[in-house]
Amino acid sequence: MKKGRFGVHGGQYIPETLMNAVIELERAYERFKSDKVFNDELEALFNEYAGRPSLLYYARRTTERLGGAKIYLKREDLNHTGAHKINNVLGQALLAKKMGKTRLIAETGAGQHGVATATAATLMGLECVVFMGEEDVKRQALNVYKMRLLGAEVVSVSTGTGTLKDAVSEAMREWTNRVSDTHYCLGSVMGPHPFPTIVRDFQAVISREIRSQILLKEGRLPDYVIACVGGGSNAIGTFYHFIDDKEVELIGCEAGGRDVNSFETAATINTGRLGIFHGMKSYFCQDEFGQIAPVYSISAGLDYPGIGPEHAYLHDIGRARYVPITDDEAVNAFEFLSRTEGIIPAIESAHAVAYAMKLAPTLERDKIIVITISGRGDKDCASIARYRGEEIYE
Amino acid sequence: MSKIQKAFSNGKAFIPFITCGDPNLETTAKVVRAAVEGGADLIELGIPFSDPTAEGPVIQSANIRALAAGTTTDKIFDLVADLRRDVTIPLVFMTYANVVFSYGTERFVKRCREVGIDGVILPDVPFEEKADFAPICEQNDVDFISLVAPTSENRVSMIAREAKGFLYVVSSMGVTGVRNEITTDLASITEIIRANTSIPYAIGFGISTPEQANKMAQTSCGVIVGSAIMKIIAKHGAESAEYVAEYVKSMKNAVRAANV
Repeated sequence: MKKGRFGVHGGQYIPETLMNAVIELERAYERFKSDKVFNDELEALFNEYAGRPSLLYYARRTTERLGGAKIYLKREDLNHTGAHKINNVLGQALLAKKMGKTRLIAETGAGQHGVATATAATLMGLECVVFMGEEDVKRQALNVYKMRLLGAEVVSVSTGTGTLKDAVSEAMREWTNRVSDTHYCLGSVMGPHPFPTIVRDFQAVISREIRSQILLKEGRLPDYVIACVGGGSNAIGTFYHFIDDKEVELIGCEAGGRDVNSFETAATINTGRLGIFHGMKSYFCQDEFGQIAPVYSISAGLDYPGIGPEHAYLHDIGRARYVPITDDEAVNAFEFLSRTEGIIPAIESAHAVAYAMKLAPTLERDKIIVITISGRGDKDCASIARYRGEEIYE
Repeated sequence: MSKIQKAFSNGKAFIPFITCGDPNLETTAKVVRAAVEGGADLIELGIPFSDPTAEGPVIQSANIRALAAGTTTDKIFDLVADLRRDVTIPLVFMTYANVVFSYGTERFVKRCREVGIDGVILPDVPFEEKADFAPICEQNDVDFISLVAPTSENRVSMIAREAKGFLYVVSSMGVTGVRNEITTDLASITEIIRANTSIPYAIGFGISTPEQANKMAQTSCGVIVGSAIMKIIAKHGAESAEYVAEYVKSMKNAVRAANV
C-alpha cells in the first residue's frame, strides 16, 4: 500500500502551506515511535496520570437482562478526563514537546477532545487554543467551562453548521496561519497522513489491553468487539489488535440520527460516498455536486460527515461492519446501562451499547461481546433530560 | 504553448478572482464582463464549496451565499459557455478537490475543455496528490495549476519544474483575505522558481490596494486579488459590475506601472 493510504483512502489533500508541517510531523513520529525514552515516558503518563490500564469489566446484570452472550465493558470512561481521548492527546502532546512546539491547537465536538488537549497542554506547559462549533458550545457548556478553567482559549466557530466539521476547518485554517511553533493536535483517526496512523497507534492501547485482559479472564478472544464511530478513534483503537484475528467480528456503530433515510443523520458508511475532504480521501455525506452535507446526531461527538480512512478501508474489504443507530436507540441504551449496571455512558458510547442490546439476545450464552465505553455520560445528562422533555439546571 | 501564457503578454498581469453565483449567476456574468472591460488579463472563477478550508471569512461568506442561491457546478459550466460568446481572455476554475472528484474528474475536465476553461486550481491538492487530477487535465489541454507557499522551502524547485500554465505564489501564511502588510521573503522564492521553470508566476493572498499590487508586481509576472473583489460584491450585490470594473482598472494600472 502507498504511504499514508488504506486501500484507496487516506492521502494528504491539504494546502501547500501545510505540506512541510505534515512532513516534519511524519519524520518526528517515525523517529520517536520506536524510541525507548519516548515510549517509557508515554507509558508513565498513561499509568501514573491517565489511570491506565482501564478496566475490562464483566457486566453481569446486563448479560442476565439481555439473556444471551456474555458482555464485557472496556471502561475508557474511567480514564482521567473521562474518555479515551486522553490516550491520543498525551501521545501527541509529548510528541509536540519533543518537536520543540510550544502551542497546541485542536478541534472538538462534544468537548472531550478539547478538555483532554487542554489538560495535556497544562500538564506539559504548552499554550492551548480549542476550536468548537457554536452549536456545540451551547450543547456542551460544561466542557467549555472546563477548558477555560484549564487555561485554554476556546474559539467559538460560527461558520457552516457550527459543529465539529466547521471546528476542524477552522483549526486547519489556524494551522496554515501559524505552523512554526504550533502542533495541530487532531482528535480522531482522520485528516491528512500521518494523523490517521499516529492517532490509531496511540489509541491502539485499548485493544492491546482488551486482548490481554480477556485472555486472562476467559482464556480466549472475544467473538465480537463493538465501538461507536464518528471519525473513529475509539473504534480503531478497539479494533486494531484484533484485525488479524478473523474469528473476532468488528462492529462500528454510526450515528443514525433521527433516521438513516432522512437528512438528519451522520451515518457516513451507510449514507455517504467516496470523496476528498479535510485532508483525506474517504466516505463522506455529500450532495450530488460534492457539497458536504449538514449532518445531524444527538451526539456532538459523532456529528461529523466523514469517517477515518482506515475504517473506510476495513469496510471496503469487509473486515469490519458498520451499523447505524438512531438517536432513540442510543438514548434508550444510555438509560438502560445507567439503570442496569450503574454506569452512565457517554451518548456516543451508548450507540455501541444499543447495538449490543440487539445482538446479545440472538447469541448463545458461550459467546463473548466486548463493548468499548469510550467516555462517561455526565456531559450528556442535561441534553438527554431535554430529549425526554425535562429541563434541568446545573 | 498554453493559452494561459497569453495573459502575461500584455505587461504584468492582473488576475481577479470571482466566486460564481454570489449573489447570483446573472450578476457573476456581468461582473466577469466588467472585469474584462477593466483590463483583467485572466480571471479565476471560483466554484463555491460548502467548506472552503483555504479561504478567509470574506470568500467563505461568498461561497455560502452562492450555494444558498442554488449555484451548482452544472450551472457554472453553462455560465462559462455563455461568457465564451464574447470573453476571449483565459479563464480558470478555482475550487476544491471534492467538487471535481465527485463530479467525476474526467467528466469535469472534459466539460472544462468543451466550455473553454483553460486551467484548474485546487488549493487542497498538493504536489504529492496531483496524480489524481493532473494527468487527466493534461490529456484534455487544461492546465493543472500548482501553488507554492512561504513554507514550501525545499519544495519550490520540485513544484516549479512540473508547473503548468502559471505558478501561483501564495504571498503569506494563512488563508485568503485582505492584509495590511506582506512580509514574506518573496524574492528568494521567485529566484528558485526562475531557476526551474520559464512559465509565468503570479502572487496572490492578501493583496487589496493598488500600492500593494504595484509592489507585488515588481517581483512577479502578475497579481491575483480575490477577497477585495468579493468585498465589493458583498457590498453592492447585483449592482456590483461598475464598481468591479473601476477597481480592476485601478489595479491593472498599478500593475502596469510596475513594468520594468
